[in-house]
Amino acid sequence: MAKWIPLWLHKLGSPPTFYRFAGAVRPWAMGLALLFGVIGLYGGLVLAPPDYQQGDAYRIIFIHVPSAWMSMFVYAVMGVSGFIALVWRLKLAEVVAMESAPIGAAFAFITLATGSLWGKPMWGTWWTWDARLTSELVLLFLYLGVIGLYHAFEDRRQGARAASFLAIIGVINVPIVHYSVVWWNTLHQGSTVSIFGHSKMPWEMLWPLLAMTLATKCYYAASLCRRARTDILALESGKDWVREIAQAEAAR
Amino acid sequence: MSTLSHFFALSGEAAAFFRMGGYAGYVWPAYAVFFVVLIADNVAPRLRRRRILRELRGRLARQVARERRSPSSTPAP
Repeated sequence: MAKWIPLWLHKLGSPPTFYRFAGAVRPWAMGLALLFGVIGLYGGLVLAPPDYQQGDAYRIIFIHVPSAWMSMFVYAVMGVSGFIALVWRLKLAEVVAMESAPIGAAFAFITLATGSLWGKPMWGTWWTWDARLTSELVLLFLYLGVIGLYHAFEDRRQGARAASFLAIIGVINVPIVHYSVVWWNTLHQGSTVSIFGHSKMPWEMLWPLLAMTLATKCYYAASLCRRARTDILALESGKDWVREIAQAEAAR
Repeated sequence: MSTLSHFFALSGEAAAFFRMGGYAGYVWPAYAVFFVVLIADNVAPRLRRRRILRELRGRLARQVARERRSPSSTPAP
């Protein structure tokens, strides 16, 4: 491997080291996720005032929008690590790509379900074949396709490579989801929050949304750590260090 | 939602909170979906981890038993 990659990154690529690293990171990530989640939910459900048009129904935003962002963010992570897995054949990149897929699918599902529950009182319909909704549904199907293709192969690493290829092709859908409200005339409202420039939202509503965004980010880190650790155990089950873990857990 | 408030004997602020301005039937199921899906996402790898380690222990136990029966004939897999 190239010389510019630092040694610690090399070491992190070895499964037993990554297993310990992820085990150390996970409780902190989960703790932060719960902390930000409690703060964000209190701010969003209790402190934030009702919306002048939507009343209290808008409070679904505090889970809907962070989940939608995460469904795209996780896809991007999956695409990048899938690319690394295909080019450099890193076992760990395969693990990260394939274990991200169920988490991303969970967030995409939450986005669609909460959006439906928000759409019924505000638009008068649970579902419409509108650009934003349809592209998000395609995102969920891409996740399910990646998961399905991965499990369709007898050889896990071969399956991971095929599914990584599908994940990379599907990356094209992420900007489509994001810009769908700009490119097409849709029922879905445009972006309320922007990273650069002015967000069209009062601060009392904005900070709980940002807290929930941090909470979902931390949750993803924690869940990915747990899933990657489990997957590494399955991949390395012939190795001595995994046998030691299995014997140690039997003794408990 | 008024029946639910009566059931829990809630009044004033708490009842208003759970009523969600009349949108309780949409807001609370949305939050329920969020938590149920994420809890399921958390439980699934725990169960998988337990299964993997249990199967590995079974494999190791069978291997030990096999080696005890015929110490020389079976090579380690």
